[in-house]
Amino acid sequence: MNNKIIIETKNLTLSYGKHPAIRDCNIQFLKNKVTAIIGPSGCGKSTLLRTFNRMNDFIDNFNIEGEVLFEGKDINHSDMDPVEIRKRIGMVFQKPNPFPKSIFDNIIWGPNINGFIGSQQELVENCLIDAGLFDEVKDRLNSSAMELSGGQQQRLCIARAIAMKPEVILMDEPASALDPKATMKIEELIKKLKKSYTIIIVTHNMQQAARISDNTAFLYEGELIEYGKTNSIFTKPDKQQTEDYITGRFG
Amino acid sequence: MNDILSRRKLKAKIFRIIATISTWSSIIILIILLGNIALDGFSNINWTFLSSFPSRFPHKAGIKAAIWGSIWMLALVAIIAVPIGVSAAIYLEEYAKKNKLSRFIEINIANLAGVPSIIYGILGLTIFVRFFQLDRSLLAGSLTMSLLILPVIIMAAREAIKAVPKSIRLGAFAVGATRWQTIQSHVLPASTPGIFTGVILAMSRAIGETAPLIMIGALTYVAFVPENINDPFTTLPIQIYNWVSRPQVEFHHLAAAGIIVLLVVLLTMNATAILIRNRSLKKYKW
Amino acid sequence: MRLLFRQINLKEKGIEIFLSLSAFVSILTTMGIIMILFTESFQFFKNVSPVEFFFGTQWEPLLVPKSFGILPLLSGTLIIVAGSALISIPFGVLTAIYLSQFASEKTRNIIKPVLEILAGIPTVVYGFFALSFITPILRSILPFTEVFNAASASIVVGIMILPMVASLCDDALRSVPRSLKEGGFALGSTDFEVIKGVLVPSAFSGIMASFILALSRAFGETMAVTIAAGATPKLTINPLESIQTMTSYIVQVSLGDTPQGGIEYQTIFAVGIVLFGVTLLMNFFANWVMNRYREVYE
Repeated sequence: MNNKIIIETKNLTLSYGKHPAIRDCNIQFLKNKVTAIIGPSGCGKSTLLRTFNRMNDFIDNFNIEGEVLFEGKDINHSDMDPVEIRKRIGMVFQKPNPFPKSIFDNIIWGPNINGFIGSQQELVENCLIDAGLFDEVKDRLNSSAMELSGGQQQRLCIARAIAMKPEVILMDEPASALDPKATMKIEELIKKLKKSYTIIIVTHNMQQAARISDNTAFLYEGELIEYGKTNSIFTKPDKQQTEDYITGRFG
Repeated sequence: MNDILSRRKLKAKIFRIIATISTWSSIIILIILLGNIALDGFSNINWTFLSSFPSRFPHKAGIKAAIWGSIWMLALVAIIAVPIGVSAAIYLEEYAKKNKLSRFIEINIANLAGVPSIIYGILGLTIFVRFFQLDRSLLAGSLTMSLLILPVIIMAAREAIKAVPKSIRLGAFAVGATRWQTIQSHVLPASTPGIFTGVILAMSRAIGETAPLIMIGALTYVAFVPENINDPFTTLPIQIYNWVSRPQVEFHHLAAAGIIVLLVVLLTMNATAILIRNRSLKKYKW
Repeated sequence: MRLLFRQINLKEKGIEIFLSLSAFVSILTTMGIIMILFTESFQFFKNVSPVEFFFGTQWEPLLVPKSFGILPLLSGTLIIVAGSALISIPFGVLTAIYLSQFASEKTRNIIKPVLEILAGIPTVVYGFFALSFITPILRSILPFTEVFNAASASIVVGIMILPMVASLCDDALRSVPRSLKEGGFALGSTDFEVIKGVLVPSAFSGIMASFILALSRAFGETMAVTIAAGATPKLTINPLESIQTMTSYIVQVSLGDTPQGGIEYQTIFAVGIVLFGVTLLMNFFANWVMNRYREVYE
């Protein structure tokens, strides 16, 4: 069994100004696995996730100490181009944010600006199929993405992300704005996607983490309390705090 | 007790009546104003008027030179001011860090918007007419007007750009786009209707301004259509001012006619702006 | 062929620099204005003492004997400002109160465009209206009114800036939270009492700022006063007389054949710097009022 580490943090401390959001975090994410990051609101989950594709660069007083290694290289090194990193580590946001363009253009835009040569039609169709959206939209690829339902928009955003052929897909509570039926579709999609991609998903829904992830990390107030196989975390957690959170003693 | 209460209620009622009258008097004033001008000038609106040059004789005078001068000036101002204004707005909204310098630029632009237009005339006279020796040309006039409306364009463009939700930009960055690619493909297209509306409103201001152009020497008696940007010129407001300043009553009627033409042009421009604004609200439903 | 990311970075940086230059045009403009006004005024004040300029009561720079006291021009401008305030402030505030408290959506959709139209009418048109409509009426009521007088000009300037007062006050009143209003009503107050006692004081900073900004605009108004108020610099408080404002003086000089470099030419800049300085101060003051007294509603 090849459990290769694809993203790893070493002594990672993230802060806004003087206020630390994540403290001294050491974690390894395995390739082609789904890793869930769980924890109560405000514990730093999203901050941690956004660091992996350097989306926190856009926040003015954000500070990083420690290392974030992607395939062995520190992504914050001055030699590394954040734009390149984002091509290899994609992201799906909490609220679906399709571009105000057609479904087709939403998906092909990213590859186009990166010099994609090849059949656009084929790429768009394959991504839609992989995202489980093709059947619903195959007749209206040129219609506006804003006309889709919330769940469809989110699957479109996933299709848009995989059109870049990333190695990792970061998902920031991707189903929290969706109804249960749409959520189920997203979860099934994630389970399929892990064959080709590594997925790191932040979720405040524990049952969701238990359903779809291979590994789970539990964060509390900026610290990594426990990390391991999802099965163990949810049946025999090591730390008392983990057990308290999972059994709902606090949230 | 009841007596006091009914007095208070009466006061409230009277106040409401006063407020209502005050408000509706704006419409009355507008109607009187437009009516007065229409009655005064309508009889002079004919093809001769629109196609003749000014003259010492009222019955021969026309606003052809002024119309063409205004058109030329508007076109030049658009070419000069819009790229600079939109670029500045893009820089301030998308690139500039929120520090003292950018705050200073912001305050500066807001102040420039409140500077009396005649000061811009002084600026234009000294820099464009005298220092750059452009003389009293269309170029000098257009450059001066561009500086005048630049703050208006920058502020309108910034609002339009700000209205584009941050999530669109984040979505673009997340697929590995650079900042300029994001602006070019997503921010600009979405903010173009708002920018366009703002530009039209700025142009409306430019076409009606008189003082700065008088200062840079736009002539009040021009009997030709400008042929290139170095020619002297006149504009609708200046021609109107010229006719108003004459003692003969016939010229006042001509001025009224000129005003009608000016107002029709302004009405068309603003109606276009409103149409665009309404159409775009349908497309970009944030 | 894909560009290396260093090449793309160069292009990105280049675009950023180009865009920033556009933003700096605005700074250059301000610097230009300040520099020109100061250097030319400096020349002027070499020949005319500041005391005479700021305190002299005679302004006759073009004919002998020359005098360079700015007070007549200043008083002309101030009459216009005061007169336009008398019209625009009461009507503007009342309109704003009506629009924000009493008017239906339909009414707002009529009145707001009307105000925008009034605000968008070029100032020459207002000048014409003053001369051809207001002045005759004024002269029929008060026969000793001169053909060119400050009152007509003040009236139209007041109409011109009314929309500004109305619109800014409307914004200020609408930003007062409902809960404050409701608190007033819950104490059994009438409409008028709530407006007077709760609403207007709560929107005070915005309302005050709107007055200052509108008056600053009246201070710098040029064409309406040039056409209708006259060209006779005079220290007077009688609005029915002909006067001259600072702005219309500048227009008068530039329409004439004043040679460059002479003292007459330099008067443009001396008057200009006063004009610029006062309007700038008024705008800063308006901002200061907004910030200092800004009522913070969560």
